[in-house]
Amino acid sequence: MAEQPTEHLDPAEARPERLRVFLVDDHAMFRAGVRAELGAHVEVVGEASTVAEAITRIASVGPDVVLLDVHMPDGGGRAVLEAMRRTHPQVKFLALSVSDAAEDVIGLIRAGARGYVTKTISPDELAAAIRRVADGDAVFSPRLAGFVLDAFAARPDAPVADPELDQLTNREREVLRLLARGYAYKEIAKELFISIKTVETHVSNVLRKLQMSNRYELSRWAADRRLV
Amino acid sequence: MTREPPISTVTSPPRLYRAPEHRMAAGVAAGIADHLGISVLRVRVAFMVLLGLSGLGLLLYAAFWAVVPLRPGDTAVPPRRDVAQLLPFVGIGLGVLLIQVMVFDSVGAAGTAGWLVAIIAVGAGVIWHQSAPERRRQWGEAMPVPWLGAVVEESDRRAFVLRFIGGGVLVAVGIIGVAAVYSPAQNFDAVINGVIFALVGLAGVGVVAAPVLWRTYSQLRSEREGRIREQERAELAAMVHDQVLHTLALIQRNAGDVKTVQRLARGQERSLRNWLYKPTASPSERFAAALEQAAAEVEDTFAISVETVVVGDRETDEKVGALVAAAREALVNAARHADVQTVSLYAEVEPDQVSVFVRDRGKGFDPDTVEDHRHGVSGSIIGRMKRHGGRAEIRSGPGEGTEVRLILPISRDSSAAERNR
Repeated sequence: MAEQPTEHLDPAEARPERLRVFLVDDHAMFRAGVRAELGAHVEVVGEASTVAEAITRIASVGPDVVLLDVHMPDGGGRAVLEAMRRTHPQVKFLALSVSDAAEDVIGLIRAGARGYVTKTISPDELAAAIRRVADGDAVFSPRLAGFVLDAFAARPDAPVADPELDQLTNREREVLRLLARGYAYKEIAKELFISIKTVETHVSNVLRKLQMSNRYELSRWAADRRLV
Repeated sequence: MTREPPISTVTSPPRLYRAPEHRMAAGVAAGIADHLGISVLRVRVAFMVLLGLSGLGLLLYAAFWAVVPLRPGDTAVPPRRDVAQLLPFVGIGLGVLLIQVMVFDSVGAAGTAGWLVAIIAVGAGVIWHQSAPERRRQWGEAMPVPWLGAVVEESDRRAFVLRFIGGGVLVAVGIIGVAAVYSPAQNFDAVINGVIFALVGLAGVGVVAAPVLWRTYSQLRSEREGRIREQERAELAAMVHDQVLHTLALIQRNAGDVKTVQRLARGQERSLRNWLYKPTASPSERFAAALEQAAAEVEDTFAISVETVVVGDRETDEKVGALVAAAREALVNAARHADVQTVSLYAEVEPDQVSVFVRDRGKGFDPDTVEDHRHGVSGSIIGRMKRHGGRAEIRSGPGEGTEVRLILPISRDSSAAERNR
């Protein structure tokens, strides 16, 4: 799955220091591969292969972005996210997984990941995604946008407890649709006659709503999708 | 008392069989006689005499019948029962009963002793019966009466419950009977006491049998779990063998050919993903499955990757089938002409329309300059959508890539029915 390509790199490239990136994955081969591929773009400051190791090492190293595998023994990326989110809010998490199953993607996003990419991503696109996440932006793959649309479209007539929180605005849906169609942020901005910054705001709002949706909504969503 | 009843043979190592050759009823007496090496007549007379002890003879006979297997190998030719010979023994039994009533005037100490021995015999039989599950199974098959086999066999939970209730009722009725016989009938308390004793007796049997039952149950459960695990493993192994190993072999053989390797890896990834995460649906029935199948075909044929996102789903009909065909044509065009590695395919099922978007970031073209004889776009996409009440737009420009938008309105009725499904 390809991420939104690289037209939005310029502000990050202008940054003087290189981003400090931490890898969490239980496959040493994969860590070595990512380290080699990313070496030119970012600084890999540490690696961990288990949840416990990740929690202690991230706390001591303090990276900008953590690349997080979803499926690991002892709870996987979600356990790391839940442990770190309170204590280290400045660390950004980007999920990097071989799985693009809906429950994995949405679960990680709800736990607080700023983005989700699959392991088939190209090194350049991964570097771009890391920069976007480090800048506080959300990384949405077309597939993730599809999942979100699917989740919110599943019950159009269902009563919503808190519309402000749980419902996507029409504009946000529009942006998600274009994302799902494979448009880049720049192209979305052109299509909707808004600025790139506005597109990013919409996307970030969607992400925030996903994370802050209440427990009831989450369990209903999962039940609808027969995930639980 | 007359003679020791052959109870001890019940608890001894079971080489005791019922004899099918010269039997009168079930071959119990003949079997015991064979086993002990004494004459059949003496055993039968012993049973009849034991009948005098409050029917102990009959009880013992029934117990033996239930737990002692028919001698194996002989079951194929069941010989005739010698019914005529039963008569004298029935006569003896009646005589014994008569004498007992006359001598003891009623059931007394002898009767109590008889019942005690009977209960011990049955208890011993139960314990022995529980001790060898595989042997028990054989008896189940050898049982002459099917329901008796169902009672003794531990086939399923229903049989267990049935047996438990039946046994409980039997024990209760028996003890109530004892109480009624031994105490004057007008004393109702005695019956109540009898019931209480029955419950106590049941609890005792339960305590004796529970560990064995529990062991059997947990054995069965772990056996079943193991079987299920084994089955899943076998299925996974078969899938890995059929697909993954073959793909890896092909990749090794085509290591130099980047395109082939990519195509093989992509196809394998797709099928593994489907196997791991996706519920299976028939492409001829569901829109999403049909579209994904079309995308997979294009991926395999042209060695590109199609990034498929489908939101919602519905059943297919003729119009939806045409939409899928048009989308496939758009994918083929993108794969053939755009000169890209990745094509995006997005489909959304909404209450009143189904839309499909096929987008690439390739060379693009000027739609106005497409020559008339190129039927791919005009016939297969635009024309097809028009014929089925939809529409197609193509947005493209040199260097900007191409997006094909396919919109198919659907009637409210059918979509409402679809959602209420």
